[in-house]
Amino acid sequence: MTFTNSLELLSFHWVAYTIYSALILSIIAWFGYNLTREKAKSVVRIPFYWYMAFLVAGGVGHHIFTYNTIPWVSQDISRHDLSNDATYKFTIQKHKWTLPAEKIVVQCGQTINFDVVSKDLIYGFGLFRQDGSMAMQMQVNPGSANDILWTFHHNAVFDLDSTEYAGPAMYDRHTGENLMKVKNFLEVVGCEKGAK
Amino acid sequence: MSFVKTLIHGTNFDHKSLNALQKVTLRAVVMAFLFYGLVALEGMIMRMVSVGPQARRIIPEEFFHPDHFFSIMTVHPIVGIFGSTYQLVFAAFMFLVPYLTKKPLYSVKLANFVWLMITIGTILAWISAFVWQYAPLYTLYWPLPADTTQFSTIGGIVFIIGIAFIMIGTFGFIYNVYATIFARVGVHKNKTTKELLISGFGIDGLLNLINKLKGKEPYTKEPALALPVVAIFRGTVDTFLDAVVILGAGILVLVYLLADLGGVQLDVTAIDALLYKNFFWWGLDLVADGLVLIYVAGSWYLLATLITGQKLFMENVARAALMLELLVSWMVWSHHLLGDQGQPEMMKLISGEMVTAFELLTQGLALFITLVTLWKARPLKMTMELKYLLGGLAGFGLAVPAAIIQADMGMNRVLHNTQWIIGAHVHIALIVGLYMTLYSAVYVLWPLVTNNTKLYSYKLSNTHFWMHLIGGIGMGAFMGMAGLDGMLRRHLYVNGEFNFDMLMAAGFGTMLLIAWAIFLFNIIMSVGLKGLVGIFLPAKDKTASYGLDPEDM
Repeated sequence: MTFTNSLELLSFHWVAYTIYSALILSIIAWFGYNLTREKAKSVVRIPFYWYMAFLVAGGVGHHIFTYNTIPWVSQDISRHDLSNDATYKFTIQKHKWTLPAEKIVVQCGQTINFDVVSKDLIYGFGLFRQDGSMAMQMQVNPGSANDILWTFHHNAVFDLDSTEYAGPAMYDRHTGENLMKVKNFLEVVGCEKGAK
Repeated sequence: MSFVKTLIHGTNFDHKSLNALQKVTLRAVVMAFLFYGLVALEGMIMRMVSVGPQARRIIPEEFFHPDHFFSIMTVHPIVGIFGSTYQLVFAAFMFLVPYLTKKPLYSVKLANFVWLMITIGTILAWISAFVWQYAPLYTLYWPLPADTTQFSTIGGIVFIIGIAFIMIGTFGFIYNVYATIFARVGVHKNKTTKELLISGFGIDGLLNLINKLKGKEPYTKEPALALPVVAIFRGTVDTFLDAVVILGAGILVLVYLLADLGGVQLDVTAIDALLYKNFFWWGLDLVADGLVLIYVAGSWYLLATLITGQKLFMENVARAALMLELLVSWMVWSHHLLGDQGQPEMMKLISGEMVTAFELLTQGLALFITLVTLWKARPLKMTMELKYLLGGLAGFGLAVPAAIIQADMGMNRVLHNTQWIIGAHVHIALIVGLYMTLYSAVYVLWPLVTNNTKLYSYKLSNTHFWMHLIGGIGMGAFMGMAGLDGMLRRHLYVNGEFNFDMLMAAGFGTMLLIAWAIFLFNIIMSVGLKGLVGIFLPAKDKTASYGLDPEDM
């Protein structure tokens, strides 16, 4: 099992967390109901050490699961030792992007290195699909390295936006329009999956 | 009794019968719930803006302006966390510590100073946003709070002074609590500071466990401090560290703003933004992962024992676990920096993921102990305090796993800074988990603090419970879903981009607001307007304890 993009991952997450939420709320409700009953008996006896072992397995297992199913985790950890197909450098100053090109076109399966520098405040770097869903993001700190490797597996057109608040000057002071959003900045082509 | 008569005089509340400790507790509680109303209103305004153009017919155009919108977003957590939650928790603990240790509070004057400082500080921070629209958000990411090209210098100074007032008030609370715990009077007359320290840190619980494993007699059969006091003792360590960090950051910002006022431009790059972020999150995270979780665990233990009238299940384990929780809380801040590429990978892995996952263990343990304590005492009457306690358990049952899920390098890449974090995790933890626990404490303490005042209506209490529970979970859920759809948390959306989720969140948020109004109405009808004013009048009875025979003091 491998999640090839954020949409697949977030859909799985949505289902899993909804099931968990329904379960925990039902357990508490059932528990509360039985607290008031004179002859309520335990349906299952949960031994303390098994319960603790379950929590440990849940806490650690979650990270093992994501490490093995989300490809960008290992890629991120070892990004400085990996090669890439292209590097694009960005600079942000006074809430304005200096972009490497007006629009970037990426071939399916290419691994891109995004390297962003902030000259003043903390910003963010995020790519968003046309339906508003997020593909990926990172923080952009002044004075630190802000680089990320990303491999694209689905056709899509992405908007570029700052994902961190850097003061109200990011927006038009009257209309509230987001001035840091760059529409249709990156396009992925050549994949079998995704929007044409 | 007629409605008007009840509104003025309450049920049977007599403020003149209250002693100094009861009055100072109630003063802070009143302020906490007034600030809660303000914060709920602020939340609704921001939600309405996010709904989009349709909301322009309901709320003024100014709210859609970024300066205005983000100034509300800046003070929203200040009013909510410090003005409301801190006040409520501090009030409860300044009453409970003397009550549980059977000693008088160290100083009622200091307790009055605490609620006044936090109230004035919160109001100052709010004014800085309202008048000058100072809006660096509560995160104060460097160098934004010192960016005088975007913000008014005076506004910034007023904001920082407000935060400093809150932190000074916090130090007052800490001093009062520890001075009470370490006072060698009453039952602690013959205890040494060492014995109280050992008990405060839960070392006696750990030694009891070790002795049990070795087949020896317990280290102590009667620990010097009751378990809830141990939790307060531990949580207050984090409260102290957190106050030091926030005050330190405030002083740094203040230096830059004062220099600017004097015409000197200090170099903001002298402070490394990422290092500052680490320092600030270390302190700020102690609020969430330190004092909240420890205080909450302690409150659950207290409530479970008071509701059941029985001893806590696995008390020694609970004592020792609180120590572990304290250590864990100091090492988890990196989960806030998983999206920062300059942060060392090992710190992300160890602090951000692995140690953070320990919170599942410590909070899961607290949940288990509380549930088993309740279960062993069944059948129980489904009282208001039990209902709220179960609501609080459910809230953390939802919010803690949500936190563990997002504290992961893979998930964080697509969840960081989204509405998922603030909705499914933070708002459910605070509104459902923490507040329902606090409401349970309010109902438990109500007869003690008000001298058995009859509650105006249990029907209203019930309505409040269900509306708060459903409203809180519903709002958090739809905010979370908006986050999964890509909606950012510190962002202005004026075109209704996430219209459906925000409309639903606004609907459930309205339930929360109505629930608060119902609760307030019920309380006012119980104590009466006269009684409400009377709470703020000086107490004739200067006693700083509750339920103690003067000869025992």
